[in-house]
Amino acid sequence: MKIIIVGAGRVGGSVAELLAAERNDITVVDSEPAALSYLSERFDLKVVAGNAIRPSVLREAGAADADLLIAAAAHDETNLVVCRIAKQIFNVPTRIVRLRSPELVASEELIGIDGFCADYVISPEGSVTGAIVRLIEYPEALQVIEFAGGKLALVAVRAYQGGRLTGRTIMELKEHLGGVDVRIVAIFRNELSITPDGTTRIESGDEVFCLAAKKDIRRALVELRPADKKVERIMIAGGGNIGLRLARILEKDYRGKYQVKIVDPNKKRCEYLSQELSHTLILAGDATDGDLLGDEHVADMDLFVSLTNDDEDNIMAALLAKRMGARRVIALINRREYGELMEGGQIDVALSPAQSTIGELLTYVRSGDVVAVHSLRRGEAEALEVVAHGEAKSSKVIGKRIEEIDLLSGKGGVSVGAIVRGHGDGARVLMAHHDTVIEAEDHVIVFVSNNRMLPKVEKLFQVGAGFL
Amino acid sequence: MVAFIPVFNLLGATTSLFALAFLVPIGVAIMYDEQAVALYAVSMAVTLGAGLLLHLGTRRATQRARRELQPRDGFLLVSLTWLLLPLFAMLPFLLQLPEISFTDAYFEAVSCLTTTGSTTLVGLDALPASLHAWRAVTVWIGGLGVVVLAVAILPVLGVGGSQVFKAELPGPMKEARLTPRIAETAKGLYLVYVVLSALCVLCLKWAGMTWFDAFCHGGSIVSLGGVSTHDAGFAYFDSAAIEFVAMVFMTLGALNFATHFQAFRRRSLSAYFRTTEARWTVLILIFGSLVVALCLVRNGTFPTALGAMRYAFFNTVSVATTAGFANTDYGHWPEFAPVFMLLLSCFVPSAGSAGGGIKMIRFVLMLRQAAREMVRIIHPRVINPVRLDGETVDNKILFSMLAFMLVYGGTIVFFTIVMLFSGLDVITAFTAIVSCVNNAGPGLNQVGPATTFAILSDFQTWVCVASMLLGRLELFTLLVLLTPGFWRK
Repeated sequence: MKIIIVGAGRVGGSVAELLAAERNDITVVDSEPAALSYLSERFDLKVVAGNAIRPSVLREAGAADADLLIAAAAHDETNLVVCRIAKQIFNVPTRIVRLRSPELVASEELIGIDGFCADYVISPEGSVTGAIVRLIEYPEALQVIEFAGGKLALVAVRAYQGGRLTGRTIMELKEHLGGVDVRIVAIFRNELSITPDGTTRIESGDEVFCLAAKKDIRRALVELRPADKKVERIMIAGGGNIGLRLARILEKDYRGKYQVKIVDPNKKRCEYLSQELSHTLILAGDATDGDLLGDEHVADMDLFVSLTNDDEDNIMAALLAKRMGARRVIALINRREYGELMEGGQIDVALSPAQSTIGELLTYVRSGDVVAVHSLRRGEAEALEVVAHGEAKSSKVIGKRIEEIDLLSGKGGVSVGAIVRGHGDGARVLMAHHDTVIEAEDHVIVFVSNNRMLPKVEKLFQVGAGFL
Repeated sequence: MVAFIPVFNLLGATTSLFALAFLVPIGVAIMYDEQAVALYAVSMAVTLGAGLLLHLGTRRATQRARRELQPRDGFLLVSLTWLLLPLFAMLPFLLQLPEISFTDAYFEAVSCLTTTGSTTLVGLDALPASLHAWRAVTVWIGGLGVVVLAVAILPVLGVGGSQVFKAELPGPMKEARLTPRIAETAKGLYLVYVVLSALCVLCLKWAGMTWFDAFCHGGSIVSLGGVSTHDAGFAYFDSAAIEFVAMVFMTLGALNFATHFQAFRRRSLSAYFRTTEARWTVLILIFGSLVVALCLVRNGTFPTALGAMRYAFFNTVSVATTAGFANTDYGHWPEFAPVFMLLLSCFVPSAGSAGGGIKMIRFVLMLRQAAREMVRIIHPRVINPVRLDGETVDNKILFSMLAFMLVYGGTIVFFTIVMLFSGLDVITAFTAIVSCVNNAGPGLNQVGPATTFAILSDFQTWVCVASMLLGRLELFTLLVLLTPGFWRK
């Protein structure tokens, strides 16, 4: 696909890196030559320096025959205007806009065809906030992904020494879990992903991905990680965009469930926060200051979340908090290398807004009837939700048992986790077994641990020429 | 003084406007075929004449000065108005009651205008109807404010009106306007006031009063004045229905008129529930009354619990809202009750209402400030500004409120000491002063609900007059005139 990316910042850069690796024709536009040269030296893409609001710059970037434009510059205004230009002047078929402001995200008239003509909106701050909220709901989890409108949940938990997971095989776990229908769809061991079968034995330190219907997942987690208590006390370091969003959601949607404290060094910002939040304790100070953490009882915190603008501050604050006794720490780490470095050590989860949002982005980029794409753990593997359109004679998957379809059988790193059949309240979740038959309009959850298999999976579900 | 000529100009206009109030007792006198018509006509002529003289006499000088109204002008105008108008308002008393002294007549006028409602007169039932009407009119006008009325009506006050408005309307936070122009805001508030008063009169008539009594009491209830046409007050009627109507309208009169305005405009009751101050006022009235009822029941003051409730509620609501009506001599209740009621009168009425005291909003904000301090002890780095109805309250407002509390307490203590010095007993002295500063009405002991302020000496009466005026004008408006800085250029 020919893709234009406006903005070579954190989001734009991460997206460019990911898409370039999948053999798309990428052109990145930015007004800062330095940011562009960083990308052009490392990745296989073209760069154009200039202000993307000017049609001439977009023309130079190849907007005339681009398939997709992603506006991911720093300012919402720029992104909206670029979208409109892409539509009005160049007729780019698909336009994705990145927005920070929740007010704009919610405004259908502004974004739609009568407004700034964006097809899809991505909001990295919103995505990462959502990810944190899910992690709060599931204290045992390292990552929580929902499919099929929330009917299905995929939760990653770490097997710790002496826990119920460690040392057991998948088969033994299945017996232990009894009636709860949970599938273990992937295991990450030492940075590699393993597609498990019944005999795989779980080792200490493994990240185990469990897939189950939403209503079953809690019971399953309680069985597998019984020692984890609920989260009640949360401390947020950094009252910026993401920190404020998180605090707001915790106040409004989870009234009274959590005691939240926010720490921010800027007094004016603190005053602003105190106007926006009514049940959160706002503290003016530096989160890397051990005295402050001690005075505010960080040892009693169930969760410490570092959300400042600075990766290093986030890492130090999180490490310090963990050292001083916080039960779980989550840190916002933008740079991939740092994220990989810190995770699995003292810091329980490292999140990056760019990474959180890439999943949504990939959904719009993929062909076929992919409803959702989620990267598991720093993009080592992906989980796809694909719709099987068509009918038995034109489709390669409909009417066949899973074991009959070569690609989905589990070899080569691709496996089917579950199928969601039907719509709305009547939808049923079927955990995939080797003899499950795929029917038309099923939502199939596929796990791909090897990125090179992705195009093959897409093609598999594509409807043949006979359908229409 | 010369620099303040425009103020005198406006004072003249306001006085002239006030003169029109005499038309009401003139009408009543004609209706009841009294000879007093002439007296009121004379009073009106004198007032109108003085007002016009002042206004027209300073007109040339004002036009030459050609300046806008400033905050100082507001304070001076309001203070002078409230000092001067009683001189005209007392004319009917002087003329119709030949035995009354100048001191007592001025006291009566001030008591009515400030809606205090205490009186030195005995034998109210024998007074002519026109005098009752005059008392009712002055109490009603004083309820929302003379100057506010002027702002609403006189175009000349339109632009600088906000300075004057702020100086008279009670309450600490006066920036929020109901409408863009101040004259419209003043009109809006007065409209609410007129409607409530009219409704009250109708309800009282329906509950069993005569038209004349309903008219006199209606204005006195909504303005939280406490002026009655009978010595026995509400005991004269001995009707639970009338007392209930009175209680309802006293409560309404104790709420912020801006809240009423919003409720009218949006045609919904949500404004009352959403405003913190309104909630507190109503809830404390209810709980306070229940506490008093409990005390009475325990003491067996009334034969039935229901009777105790009736009397407890009526008198507590009346005193707490600073109206000052009574339907029994509560001075003889167990000591807790009247003292508690007097305490409530210090803070129950909301700002922007016709009541007195420090106003509920200051009480709520002070409590929140105290709570905030306690949180700061536990979390030294916390940023937790005081918030009210979703808005952050600036520290400046909190500081000025603390200053107000100090001056309020100081005024009460000072005047109590002065009264003691002049020979009164402690309870009479203290309750008289508290009641006057809060514009409530009766005190206790020698100035209790069963007696009048007649036993006070001239000196003591003047002290009470000063307390009433200071209380009505929220202390600072008058006190600032005593500072040298006010008069310096």
